[in-house]
Amino acid sequence: MRTMLTMLGIVIGVAAVITMMEIGNGASIAIQRTIASLGANTLVIVPASANIGGVNQGIGSMMTLTPQDADAIINECSAVGSLAPIVRARTQVVYGNRNWVPTYIYGTTPSFLQVREWTDMDEGETFTEHDVRNSSKVCIVGQTIVSELFGGQSPVGKEVRVRNVAFKVIGVLRRKGANMMGMDQDDILLAPWTTIKYRVVASSLAAANQSTTNSSSSTEVNTLSQIYPNIQQNLYPVPSSTEQADVPQPVRFANVDQILAAARSGSQIPFAIQQISTLLRQRHHIRGTDPDDFNIRDMTEITKAMSSTTALITKVLLCVATISLVVGGIGIMNIMLVSVTERTREIGLRMAVGAEPGDILRQFLTEAVVLCLFGGTMGILLGRGSSYIVSSVLHWPTAASVGAIVAAVVVSASVGIIFGFYPAWKASRLDPIEALRYE
Amino acid sequence: MDLIELRDIYKTYHLGEVDLPVLKGVSLNVRHGELVALMGASGSGKSTLMNILGCLDHPTSGEYWLDGREISRLTAQEQARLRNRMVGFVFQNYNLLPRTTALENVLMPLTYTKENLTEHQMRQRATELLQKVGLGDRTDHQPSQLSGGEQQRVAIARSLVNRPRVLFADEPTGNLDSRTSEEILQMFQELNSAEGITLILVTHDPNVAQHAQRMIRIKDGLIEKGTSQHESRGTP
Repeated sequence: MRTMLTMLGIVIGVAAVITMMEIGNGASIAIQRTIASLGANTLVIVPASANIGGVNQGIGSMMTLTPQDADAIINECSAVGSLAPIVRARTQVVYGNRNWVPTYIYGTTPSFLQVREWTDMDEGETFTEHDVRNSSKVCIVGQTIVSELFGGQSPVGKEVRVRNVAFKVIGVLRRKGANMMGMDQDDILLAPWTTIKYRVVASSLAAANQSTTNSSSSTEVNTLSQIYPNIQQNLYPVPSSTEQADVPQPVRFANVDQILAAARSGSQIPFAIQQISTLLRQRHHIRGTDPDDFNIRDMTEITKAMSSTTALITKVLLCVATISLVVGGIGIMNIMLVSVTERTREIGLRMAVGAEPGDILRQFLTEAVVLCLFGGTMGILLGRGSSYIVSSVLHWPTAASVGAIVAAVVVSASVGIIFGFYPAWKASRLDPIEALRYE
Repeated sequence: MDLIELRDIYKTYHLGEVDLPVLKGVSLNVRHGELVALMGASGSGKSTLMNILGCLDHPTSGEYWLDGREISRLTAQEQARLRNRMVGFVFQNYNLLPRTTALENVLMPLTYTKENLTEHQMRQRATELLQKVGLGDRTDHQPSQLSGGEQQRVAIARSLVNRPRVLFADEPTGNLDSRTSEEILQMFQELNSAEGITLILVTHDPNVAQHAQRMIRIKDGLIEKGTSQHESRGTP
């Protein structure tokens, strides 16, 4: 009974360590999975920011990436696994009497789904290279569009108007949920980029809401000129005629807003960045020391930030669990000291029949270690059980880790050795004559 | 050659500033196969003498020759090994391990023996010894299930398991009634005559001393004249 109570300290300590480590492990695996679903190996290539009359127009405002760049990259950069050019738009999508402005309207190629690891369709099918070549007016939509515009009913085969251009919905994407920044990934409409670019969007100022650039002068309902008829509203700086003349008009320049690329594997990401960078500098005729006219971004910084947070939390939890183990160890030491005192006569007898001090030390140390290992085993079972309960009742992610179990065994044995040593040493130093006389 | 020879043994306890001399120059001889009673009142130093004879303690000065080897300056470890091989102890309060069977109690000293015996050999030896002391059918009983006399017999069997040269018994019948005491003392006599084991009985009871061949009397830290040598040698 007394042994059971002593062991309890170790049992609880070990169980706490196991549970904490499994919760921490589960959390970091869940985060990795989320990141993977966002395309952990994804690189985003955007043009650099343009500078018109000293006013920085924002990243991506230059028009330097072309679909030919995209083809060159996929053909020549070995570290890139898949790639999709993207043309962005932000405009109204109308179905029947409902309208919506999706967060993401992407004109792209079918390989986009591959890059984003989003190839399962909920319904229907995706558009093809053929559609891209022909600028077909087809699109696929995410679950949020389905609920906002179609009230949850199947949109396949129905027609929507994207900025007054009719598109036929041919497929629905699987649900993906929100990304790490909290943006709803299902609020998306995908179409061939040629269609979006040439039929929907006249230029490629993708960040600006296309509807509002016309608001100051158009005669449509609810534009600013209607609301404030007497005042000229300019939402963006109006370039003077000289400035306008200085800005090259890339009229024939078919460009894309972004290129989304996926490296073949996580380890290839730096290599891919290097290859793409070299290739684009070459293609854009950038001289040695001039800055890039593009930016390549990868996800690793975000990954690192998320991982470091979970790692910190796990470490804190582990510290607390270790403290409880130390307390358990002190309990072991206490009970071993009591045991040694109670068995003084027995120790004296053993020495009298020939036990050396080393034998006595070993005997009591072994008893302490066995006690701790037994408590540790029970702690492992209890820990696994409670992390199972946590995952099924609280729905926190947990992952069993062999490392934690091995660590728990090693730690309980060490606690036994460290905290059992002093009592065992005391026992071995007893004088047999006095020990035999002890009452 | 005598089994035991003590030459001028002194033992003084140092208690802080005060020195307490207990043995003040003890010399004696014991031959192989003798059954000796060591008699003295409490405080005479007989327990201290027994501790020294049993290699549990060092004399402050003097020599102790056991079986031709001088052993007064051994380390604790060496003393332990010597005790294991050469000496057996029987105590007044039996000192058996509770919650362990008689057989396991008898086997206990063997765990510290450096000689390599198989498990089987060890059990065999222990069983034989228990049979010899008349407990062959009680080997699996625990001390709580045995009477005082039976417990003492287990203790005797345990003391013999390593085949020692000399057996020390400290008031072996102190906790037993007269009839059982008689049985135990007779057993000692048998062991001595049949097996030739040298036995030293430490006691203050003259009745117990009667069972011995020879009496050594100790008083105030000194051996009384006439008993330090065995009879055939005569007294100096």
